[in-house]
Amino acid sequence: MLGEGIIKGMAETARNFLGSYVSEDRLTTVQYPEERLPQKEAARNFPFLLFDGKDPHIGLRCVACQICEKECPPQCIYIVKSKDKKPDYVGKPQFYPSVFDIDTSVCMSCQICVEVCPFEAIKMDTEYELSTSDRFGELLLNKDKLAKPNEYYQKIHPTEAAEVDERLAAEKAKAGAKAKAEAEAKAKAAALPKPTVPIPAAVPAGAK
Amino acid sequence: MSTIADAVTPAELPKLSLKSASDGEAGSGLLEVSLGPQHPSTHGVFRMDVVLDGERVLKLKPVFGYLHRNHEKIGENTTYLGSMPYTDRLDYFCSLTNNWAYAFAVEKLAGLQVPERAEYIRVITAELTRLQNHASLAGFLLQDMGASGTPLMYAFREREKILDLFESLTGARMMCNYMRFGGCRCDLPAGWLEQTRQVVDNFPRFLDEFEALLNENEILMSRTQGVGVVSRELAINASITGPMLRAAGVNYDIRKVDHYGIYDRFNFRVPLGDHGDVYDRYMVRVLEMRESVKILQQALRDIPAGPIVDPKAKLRGFRPKAGEAYGRIEAPKGELGFYLISDGSPNPYRYRVRPPSLINLTILEDMCLGQMVADVVVILGSVDIVMGEADR
Repeated sequence: MLGEGIIKGMAETARNFLGSYVSEDRLTTVQYPEERLPQKEAARNFPFLLFDGKDPHIGLRCVACQICEKECPPQCIYIVKSKDKKPDYVGKPQFYPSVFDIDTSVCMSCQICVEVCPFEAIKMDTEYELSTSDRFGELLLNKDKLAKPNEYYQKIHPTEAAEVDERLAAEKAKAGAKAKAEAEAKAKAAALPKPTVPIPAAVPAGAK
Repeated sequence: MSTIADAVTPAELPKLSLKSASDGEAGSGLLEVSLGPQHPSTHGVFRMDVVLDGERVLKLKPVFGYLHRNHEKIGENTTYLGSMPYTDRLDYFCSLTNNWAYAFAVEKLAGLQVPERAEYIRVITAELTRLQNHASLAGFLLQDMGASGTPLMYAFREREKILDLFESLTGARMMCNYMRFGGCRCDLPAGWLEQTRQVVDNFPRFLDEFEALLNENEILMSRTQGVGVVSRELAINASITGPMLRAAGVNYDIRKVDHYGIYDRFNFRVPLGDHGDVYDRYMVRVLEMRESVKILQQALRDIPAGPIVDPKAKLRGFRPKAGEAYGRIEAPKGELGFYLISDGSPNPYRYRVRPPSLINLTILEDMCLGQMVADVVVILGSVDIVMGEADR
């Protein structure tokens, strides 16, 4: 019969329409912004810089190695290395970025900066309501706007942050143990009596 | 600039212009119409110059390039890894298959081995991509025929569930940037496999519903059957690939031909069409979704534990030795290939994409000649193009 297929299809539509009153499965619309879906843990948006402790300047993990600047596919990161050094999380003196800018109007949220960073200093944010009326100043994020505490990272990516913290703590413990061992060895060497045979002087330059 | 009406020889057609057509001079009645690039039914910024005699199409010239973003040249100026997020933006419906094709070519170039678990993850994500691509294509096709809303919304409802899976795995719904040379970026999050199983097991229910909604619909049949016919010979000669080729009755699926990845372990069939018309293209895609569900169920059952990336692969300072490689996979739209030449530097010397959308579009005129102008829209919809890939 002509029109049978159409009627069958209409029955399907009616089933869906009526079903949307009883079945959650068929009613999938979310009334944003009044209603929001929970954020996925892996969700990513633009990158931010991590700092430990309270002070974003002292605790900033970035050592201005500029690897992310080189690897960034759309070249949206701009870094100027500092002249002086400050101690990093294990106490080793390191450079820090005196300028660290990310142009979010260029950034494509690909996460490559996060993957290549050897210092766990840059991570992906999950904030997405970032519209602004100023497309120049507000979209170019500087160091102060990018720096966010480690607690924030633990809040948005708990599983990943726990792993990172564990790894960093292990590194710190290792570095601490190493420093301690070195200090002990030094103290031991100082305490030992001076060897009777003097250590031969360094080979004079040009002797080879 | 010469118009296509000028290109037609006078013996075939009388000389025409828009003015003469509207004035009714020369008694021609021919009309040259520019469809697109902002036309709502042109699937992205695609333009066709069409010469019409009444409602019949006499000539059709596709005009490309409105979405050209210099993808290949950018690929030659960034590192191998740096091109990976750009491949997401080729065919933005299927970023995971684009990632796979590119990673596959680089792995061939650098001689990397993909661990078993990563291969399974790749198959799972690629088949999920195929499901959501075909589902939304069927929706768009129906939208082009005037079924505004219902089929598209049903398709998008299912697609959304798959995109949610992608987001919890890769962090992004569409620009996934998930695969890496020699494996994948991160392991599956806890509970992901169970969620995927649930989505995959519920998918046939959606397909039943979708088929009940549409397959026997008289309007769909009269709009699509016998429309835009591609013969076997034409499809082969024009190197058409993917569902369009199979709808013309040619048994050619790279998953079966090349057995790339681990596709030889799965039991699935390749649906073929008889007539090569729009209806066959639609049905081939619906049937392919059913086969993809089968592959997914097998892959989700068999996925082993283990590492997800080749320990030899490195992220920074990646320099494959000099040579060339062509990696191709069966993307949802057809054969997607990446051709790379390395000169030993961190950037490829040559980076070439073989996009299925562009090559499938080349026979648009052959399909449209003699058809009604309303059918042009449907035929274009059935090709399944994404201009991000055709223009690059």
